[in-house]
Amino acid sequence: MAEAAARETVLRTEALSRRFGGLAAVDNVALECRMGEVHAVIGPNGAGKTTLINLLSGDLPPSAGRVFLRDREITGLRSDAISRLGVGRSYQKTNVFLPFTAFENARVAAQSRLPSSMRFFRSARTYRQVNEAAERALVQAGLEGREGIPVSALSHGEQRQVEIAMTLATGPSTLLLDEPLAGMGAEESARIVELLQKLVAGHAILLVEHDMDAVFAVADVLTVMVNGAVLASGPPEAIRSNPEVQEAYLGTEEAH
Amino acid sequence: MDLGTFLIQVLNGVQYGLLLFLVASGLTLVFGIMGIINLAHGSFYMIGAYLAWSLSQHFGSLWLAILAGVVLTVLIGVALEWLLINKLYHRDHLYQVLLTYGLILVFEELRSVIWGNDVHGVAVPEWLAASIRLTDTLAYPVYRLWISAVCLVLAVLMYLLIQRTRLGMMIRAGASNREMVQSLGINIQLVYRLVFALGVALAAFAGMIAAPVSSVFPGMGNQVLIICFVVVVIGGIGSVKGAMAGAILIGLVDTFGKIVQVEIAGFRVLPELAGMTVYLLMAAVLLWRPEGIFGRRL
Amino acid sequence: MAGARVRLAVLGVLALALAALPFLADKFYVQLATKILILAIFAMSLDLLVGYTGLVSLGHAAFFGFAGYLLALVSPQYEAANLWTSLAIALAGSAVLALVIGALVLRTSGIYFIMVTLAFGEMLFHLFHDTSIAGGSDGIYVYVRPVGTIFGWQPFDFEDFTHFYLVVLVAALGVYALLRMVLASPFGRVIVGIRVNEHRMRSLGYHTFRYKLVCFVLAGTLAGLAGYLAAVQFGVVNPDMLGFHVSASALMMLILGGMGTLVGPAIGAAVMMTLELLFQKITDHWLLPMGVFIVLVALLLPRGLVGLVTGARAKDDSRG
Repeated sequence: MAEAAARETVLRTEALSRRFGGLAAVDNVALECRMGEVHAVIGPNGAGKTTLINLLSGDLPPSAGRVFLRDREITGLRSDAISRLGVGRSYQKTNVFLPFTAFENARVAAQSRLPSSMRFFRSARTYRQVNEAAERALVQAGLEGREGIPVSALSHGEQRQVEIAMTLATGPSTLLLDEPLAGMGAEESARIVELLQKLVAGHAILLVEHDMDAVFAVADVLTVMVNGAVLASGPPEAIRSNPEVQEAYLGTEEAH
Repeated sequence: MDLGTFLIQVLNGVQYGLLLFLVASGLTLVFGIMGIINLAHGSFYMIGAYLAWSLSQHFGSLWLAILAGVVLTVLIGVALEWLLINKLYHRDHLYQVLLTYGLILVFEELRSVIWGNDVHGVAVPEWLAASIRLTDTLAYPVYRLWISAVCLVLAVLMYLLIQRTRLGMMIRAGASNREMVQSLGINIQLVYRLVFALGVALAAFAGMIAAPVSSVFPGMGNQVLIICFVVVVIGGIGSVKGAMAGAILIGLVDTFGKIVQVEIAGFRVLPELAGMTVYLLMAAVLLWRPEGIFGRRL
Repeated sequence: MAGARVRLAVLGVLALALAALPFLADKFYVQLATKILILAIFAMSLDLLVGYTGLVSLGHAAFFGFAGYLLALVSPQYEAANLWTSLAIALAGSAVLALVIGALVLRTSGIYFIMVTLAFGEMLFHLFHDTSIAGGSDGIYVYVRPVGTIFGWQPFDFEDFTHFYLVVLVAALGVYALLRMVLASPFGRVIVGIRVNEHRMRSLGYHTFRYKLVCFVLAGTLAGLAGYLAAVQFGVVNPDMLGFHVSASALMMLILGGMGTLVGPAIGAAVMMTLELLFQKITDHWLLPMGVFIVLVALLLPRGLVGLVTGARAKDDSRG
C-alpha cells in the first residue's frame, strides 16, 4: 500500500459530467489512474462506463468538470490530440479497418507516432521502426502468424485482439480499454489477462470489463458506477465486501 | 434607394424566397425522411413550368393547367419512386447522385424533344393581372402578392402536416429510423412514396406558378436546384423550418444583390458579382455553423 | 509483389501501344485520344478524393476550369505564352483555390459535402459567366498555344497534334505514377484509413482534417493540370468547363471504370468519350440515351465495368 501511494498519478478527473438532454450519463465523477496500476471500472449496463471512457479519450466533450493528464489539463481536447499525448483507447464495439490485414491495421496505428504522416514519396512499407512497432503490438496481442490475413476474415475474438494491438501500437503510456474481453473465448481471454498483467508495469490502465474473474485477477483499484455516478471506489477486497456494492451490482451479477 | 423601391424589393425578395421554399422543402424532406439526395429535384420545377405553359395554351386557362399539371406530376413522382428511387435507399450517396444526375439529362432532353429549346412566356391570369399603386410612380403586381400568399398557405399546411399528423410525427422523429416507424404500424414504403410524390408536386407547382413571372426556359431546373442546395445547407438538412429561414434569406440577398451598387477600390462589386452573393452567404454559414442554422449538431 | 510486377508490365505494354498510336491512326483519332487522356488525368485526380479518401465531390470541375481560365488570362493575345510560367501559374492558382474551397467544404461531410462542393463549383461558374473578367458567357480564346523551351531548345511544338498527344501521354503516365507513389506512402495509408473509418483514425492520433485538406489540394491541382491541357487543346475556355455537368460526368467515369483503382477511371473516361461520340452519331438528342445509360449503370453496375470483369467478388460495397 505504501508502494501504491508513491505511484505517480497519470490521469485524473474532477467532477466530470456529461448530460444527454435530461439524462446524466456521467455524473460528477472523480477518479485517478496511476502508473503501474490497473484501475477497473465496473457497473451494470447503462452505468456510464463507456461514456466515461469517451470523455477521457476526447471522443465526447464533457458537459462539466475537468480532466488532467499528469499536470496538464486536457478537458475538451480532440481525440487526436489526446491520443498524441500518450492516451490510447480500445473500443467496446470492434472498431478496426476491416478491409485491411491485421498487420496493416497495426501499421497504420504505429505510423501515427511518426512526427507527421505528411510524407508522400517513400513507400509506407519501408519505415522499419513503424513496421517493428506494429509487429511487436501484434505479437503482444497474441496474433503472431495471423498478420497477413484481412481482418474481415478473422474470427470475432481475433478482431478484438486486433483492436487491442492497434491501441498498443501507438505506444501509449495510458490505456483506456473498453471491454477488451467482450466476445472472446476462454483461451483468448486468458491470454489478454496475462497481457494486462505484463503491461501494467509500464502503463496506467483504465479497464472497463464485465468479466468479474478477469477484473479481480488484474485490478489494483476498483470503481463501481451506477447511473453515471461513483457508488464506491477502493481496493478490490474492500469493494468485494462492500454491502452497498453487493446489493447494487455484484450480488445480482453472481446470481446469473 | 427610396422607401417605396426598398419596400418593393423586400416584397420581391420574400416572394422569390417563398417560391424557393416550396422547392427546397421537398428536397430537404426527401433527404430527411428517405435519406435520398435527389439532383433531379430541380427538373420537376422545370417540368412544372413547361406544363403550365403548354397546358394553359391547350386549356386556355392557367388554373386548369395547374390542376392537370399537379395531378400529372404526382403520378410522375409515384412512378419514379416505384421504378427507380426505392432501389436507392440502401445505396451509397454516390449512386444516388449518379442516378438522379442521369435523370436530369433524361428530363432535360425529353423537354427539348417535346417542347423545344425556346424561351416562352406565360400570361398572368386576367383577374390577377392588375397592379397595386404604391406611390405616384411605383406599383406592385397583384400576381406576385398572390404567389406569396399561396406559398404561405402551403407552408402553413405543411406545418400542420408535420405538427399534427402521424406522418408528421415520424418526420419530426428524425426519419430514416425504419424499425421505429414500422413499430408504429405505418407502411413505410407507402410513406416514402407519398413523401417523394409530395416533394415532386411541390417543386412542379412552384415552377407552374412562377412561370408567368420568370418565363419558361431550358436549364431553369438546374439553376433552381443549386440555389435550393444552398438554401438547405444554410437552413440545415432535414429541417423544414431551416428551409424556410434559408429560403427567405437567400431570396432577400439575391434580390438586393442585383440592385444594390457597391464599389470597392474602383471596381463595381455589386451588382456585377450578384450571382455570387448567395454562395458567399453559404460560405459564411459554413464557417459559423457547418450543420446549418437549424441543423442537428454533428 | 508479383501482382505489382505484372501491373507494371501491363502498363508498360499499354504505354508503348499508346505511344505508337500517332504512327498508326489519323489526326481525328489522335486528337480524340488526347482528349481522353486529359479526361483520364481529371478522372484520376477525382478518384483520389472519391475512391481513396471517400470524399464525394460534385464540384471538381471548378479546378479544371479555373486552371484553363488562368492560361487564357496570362496568354498574350496573339503570341504564345511561356509554357513553364503559365503552367506554374495555373497549377498554383488551382491549388490555392482548392485550399480555400477545401477549408470550407471539409467542415462538412456526407451529403452536405456533395451539396456544398456543387454549390462552390457553381459560384466559380457565376464568377466567370456573369462578369467581364474573361469574356462572360462566351468564354475566352487561347489563339496561340504556349511554347516551352529549355535553354533556348524547343523539344516539342504544341501546334503539332502528335507532339501534343505525346506530351499529354507523358503527363497522364506521370500523374498515374505520382498518385501510385503517394498512395503507397504514409500519407496514402492515412487517407485510405480515413475513408474506411475516419473516427478511428482520429482516435489513433491523426488530425484527419489536415490530411483531407492536403488531399483536396493535391486533387484540385491535378485537376488543374488537366484543365490547363484541355485549354491548350481546344484553344477556348468557357464557363461550362467549370460547371456541374463536367463534374458529374467525371464521377460517372469513376463509377463506370471502377473507383479506387486509378486505371478504372481512366478506362471510364475512354468509354464515356466513345459513347458520347456514338450517341451523337445516332441522334441530336444524344443526352437522352446518355442519361438512360447513366441511370442503368447506377442501378445495375455498382462496381463498374471492372466489377463486371472481376465478377461477383463482392456485392455492393458497404461504404455507408
